[in-house]
Amino acid sequence: MKLLKLIFRNTLRHWLRTSLTVLGLAIAVVAFVVIRTTIDAWYAQAEAASPDRLVTRHAVSLTFFLPVAYAERIGGVEGVNTVSHATWFGGQYIEPKNFFANFAIDHTTYLDLYPELLMAPEARDAFMQERQAAIVGQKLADRFGWQLDDRIVLTGTIFPGDWELVIRGIYTGAKENTDENTLFFRWDYVDERMRQETPGRAGYVGTFIERIDDPTQSAAVSERIDALFQNSIAETKTETEEAFSLSFVAMASSIVLGLKIISIMVIGIIMLVLGNTMAMTARERVSEYAVMKTLGFRPFHIVGLIFGESLFIAAIGGGLGILLAFPLGGLVSIALSTFFPVYSIAVLTLAFAALSSFAVGLLAAVFPALKAVRTPIVDGLRIVD
Amino acid sequence: MNLLAAYSFRNVLARRLTSTLTIIGVALVVFVFCAVLMLSNGLRQTLVDTGYEENAIIIRKASQTEIQSILLRDMANVARNDVAVETGPDGDPFATGELLVLINQPKRGSGEPSNVPIRGVGKYSTTIRPNIRLVEGRMWSPGTSEIIAGRKVAENFQNGGVGGTVRFASRDWTVVGVFEAGGSGFESELWGDYDQLAQAFQRPIYSSLTVRVPSQEAFNAMRERLENDPRVTVDVKREKDYYAEQSNFTRTYINVLGIIISIIFSAGATVGAMITMYASVSGRTTEIGTLRALGFSRFTVLSTFLVESVFMALFGGALGILAATFLSRFEVSTTNWDTFAELAFSFQTSWKIVIGALIFAVGMGIVGGFLPAIQASRIRIIEALRAK
Amino acid sequence: MAEAIVQLKSVFKSYYRGRLEIPVLSNINLSINEGQFVALMGPSGSGKTTLLNLIAGIDRPSDGEVRVAGDDIARLSESEMARWRSENIGFIFQFYNLMPVLNAFENVELPLLLMKLNRAERRRQVETALGIVGLADRMDHYPNQLSGGQEQRVAIARAVVTDPNLLLADEPTGDLDKQSAEDIMELLSRLNKEFGKTIVMVTHDPRAAEAAEYVQHLDKGELVQA
Repeated sequence: MKLLKLIFRNTLRHWLRTSLTVLGLAIAVVAFVVIRTTIDAWYAQAEAASPDRLVTRHAVSLTFFLPVAYAERIGGVEGVNTVSHATWFGGQYIEPKNFFANFAIDHTTYLDLYPELLMAPEARDAFMQERQAAIVGQKLADRFGWQLDDRIVLTGTIFPGDWELVIRGIYTGAKENTDENTLFFRWDYVDERMRQETPGRAGYVGTFIERIDDPTQSAAVSERIDALFQNSIAETKTETEEAFSLSFVAMASSIVLGLKIISIMVIGIIMLVLGNTMAMTARERVSEYAVMKTLGFRPFHIVGLIFGESLFIAAIGGGLGILLAFPLGGLVSIALSTFFPVYSIAVLTLAFAALSSFAVGLLAAVFPALKAVRTPIVDGLRIVD
Repeated sequence: MNLLAAYSFRNVLARRLTSTLTIIGVALVVFVFCAVLMLSNGLRQTLVDTGYEENAIIIRKASQTEIQSILLRDMANVARNDVAVETGPDGDPFATGELLVLINQPKRGSGEPSNVPIRGVGKYSTTIRPNIRLVEGRMWSPGTSEIIAGRKVAENFQNGGVGGTVRFASRDWTVVGVFEAGGSGFESELWGDYDQLAQAFQRPIYSSLTVRVPSQEAFNAMRERLENDPRVTVDVKREKDYYAEQSNFTRTYINVLGIIISIIFSAGATVGAMITMYASVSGRTTEIGTLRALGFSRFTVLSTFLVESVFMALFGGALGILAATFLSRFEVSTTNWDTFAELAFSFQTSWKIVIGALIFAVGMGIVGGFLPAIQASRIRIIEALRAK
Repeated sequence: MAEAIVQLKSVFKSYYRGRLEIPVLSNINLSINEGQFVALMGPSGSGKTTLLNLIAGIDRPSDGEVRVAGDDIARLSESEMARWRSENIGFIFQFYNLMPVLNAFENVELPLLLMKLNRAERRRQVETALGIVGLADRMDHYPNQLSGGQEQRVAIARAVVTDPNLLLADEPTGDLDKQSAEDIMELLSRLNKEFGKTIVMVTHDPRAAEAAEYVQHLDKGELVQA
């Protein structure tokens, strides 16, 4: 249709205003994508969870440890294939702001349970042979410039003292959502020292991780594990890895909710910027619209022109924002890597951003269009700009 | 200059719809900016209020939080008997060794479990913190499985109120009282008898020792002694400093994210202001020509447009701040990642935030108005007067 | 005797400013025959533009009947009215009212977009119209590249491109210099004589009115005999 040309030329009429509007939209879309991605990052751990893994922790809370001897009894439960354990170590590297996750793990089984941690066979061998060996994620190694065979010292917060480790492996994630910001080292190293210094604390682990034969049986297997330790000093709580991860998100639900509200407010800002431009545009063209009506153009033609222009600007702004979100999201990801090991933009977020831009394009045109249609021709002609 | 200010102000009013949209945009940005800083400030203030000026807290070296700290009893006794510690009402050292553990309990509403700190306290725990006050029910009877709940726990957790029973460590515990602590972090805790809890959890240790050391000199001397004493490996801190540090990680998260969001937001709002100001300039070409013909300088024209833009931004900023102050009625209960425990706190304004927000708003006004104002000041008189 | 193409019977029109009723036209009875060239004259505020707008179907009478080209246009709905205008009326404005973002060709083509014509047919009609007004060589010029007289000629081409019987002009020379004004009046006379267009023109320029076949005077909302 020829009117498309008119729409296109109208948008270029105030090229400065149109560019500013497009810029404003693009910025807001970037903000939207960044915030939604931050929300997703909270859920990343849960997304990466495997359905055939269960996590068992102390029923009172995660800060209580379980006797390592439980491993054998859990291993005997029907449906459990392999048992491993991991303990949140909470070690600090040089100073508190260098925070990253570090776990003391059962080196004999843990890596088998987590096939998504990819590393060279030599790394695996070194890890098996050397008590002070550590394996770190690629992103973590990049963050501190660690190389293979570097010696690092973690200061214990939960386990007192300085802990010397040798980096023997750097792993990459098999999937995009695999956490590459974690350090793993051997639990027997910790336990050995505990035995010497505070024997009362030796032989305890934070969580057990089980691989089960049949993911559909996870509820039943969980119940069987917990039943084993009912009414003992250390009762357990077993749940799927996903539920375990989601419980952390639930703890921060207020913050996640806040982010969700802010992401909706961003759409409000897009709305204001585009609405402002469209209102101005329509006001300036009142007499033009009146002329077109005099020529016999019908209200739907005028409405089409206004909606077309609004949608056109929204599409360009939204598209530009989506393109810009990738490099800018990368910067944010670096700024927030302490908090979120996994930070990647989801297709759904982009789709939602595109959809929101479209909706805003429609909404911004409603009032100007109504006004243009409702202004009597005679009044429209009388306004000389 | 008064007339010019009035001129700018009336122009804001004249383009009502566009000005309103721009003002709302700035208001939204300032609102978010304030909300984030108020959240961070509220979190910090709650924790700062938790500590007492005259008290010092002793935890195991490098453990950072009570939750992670383990003080063996003989270590605690060394600190308790330090000469700097005041004498308590009963003639013994004014000190209290406490056990702090987290228990996972369902919240009201969502039913999602979160970590509640439960503190095993001794005879001086309430006297050393004078603003602890029982507001409902009674104190626990010695030797029973009775506990009291901080007001926020009572409000935010299922079974947190008087008469509720909480199951942990193979026992059912009955809440018999609710206490307040001047809005501090203690209100987000459960309290019980140290001996009962240490026994139930099989943890015959202390998490921390809180002592009364009013004088700063005495405190410094005590810290010097204890940190160099080979019998103990501890950190000695002022209670206020200790609690203030308990929000560093969470606050950094809120601040970094908040500032990133605010900056991106403000760019959007600035663009909005720029659009409005350009329209204002192009719609008033003749007016500008007239002003210039009357003898007003380019600089005056530039300033009127800048003033107009700043007017809008200030108005939006004030609106945003006003809206944000209403947030202080709301309370947030969330996990403080520094302690891994649920903490209730409210949004809190401060003059610093208000002034910061106003500066932020004015900044948006200046940046948004500058280019259009330049354009206005460059308009040539003859052409402006000829324009229709 | 030619047919009456415009027929107004006891037409009243008033506007409301708040609650205040401002009568603009009262008891207008007017009949214009096909092929006539009529000038409406009168002091400003006499209601001549309102009368023209009523004939053009862009305004409605408060009372009375307006019959144009056989239709009682006051009875038509908004969209029927729009269609009716596109088929029967060519309108020429004082300030030309061309779309600044479209060139001369496209401006003239605009009303043709409402008709079921293909590209080639549209092109032929636009070229014919621009040829009549003598601007065939300026087709790709934008309004700001044309003089006032040229702009008005493009506007006239836009008015005649759909081949309506009735041309309505509101002060077509009001914004032009003497020479351009004469050219425009000559063009309108030609359209009336050669192409048989009925023309109703509002003007306060006596020289322009000379081109018309006869002049209707309006004063304070009523038709008066000169």
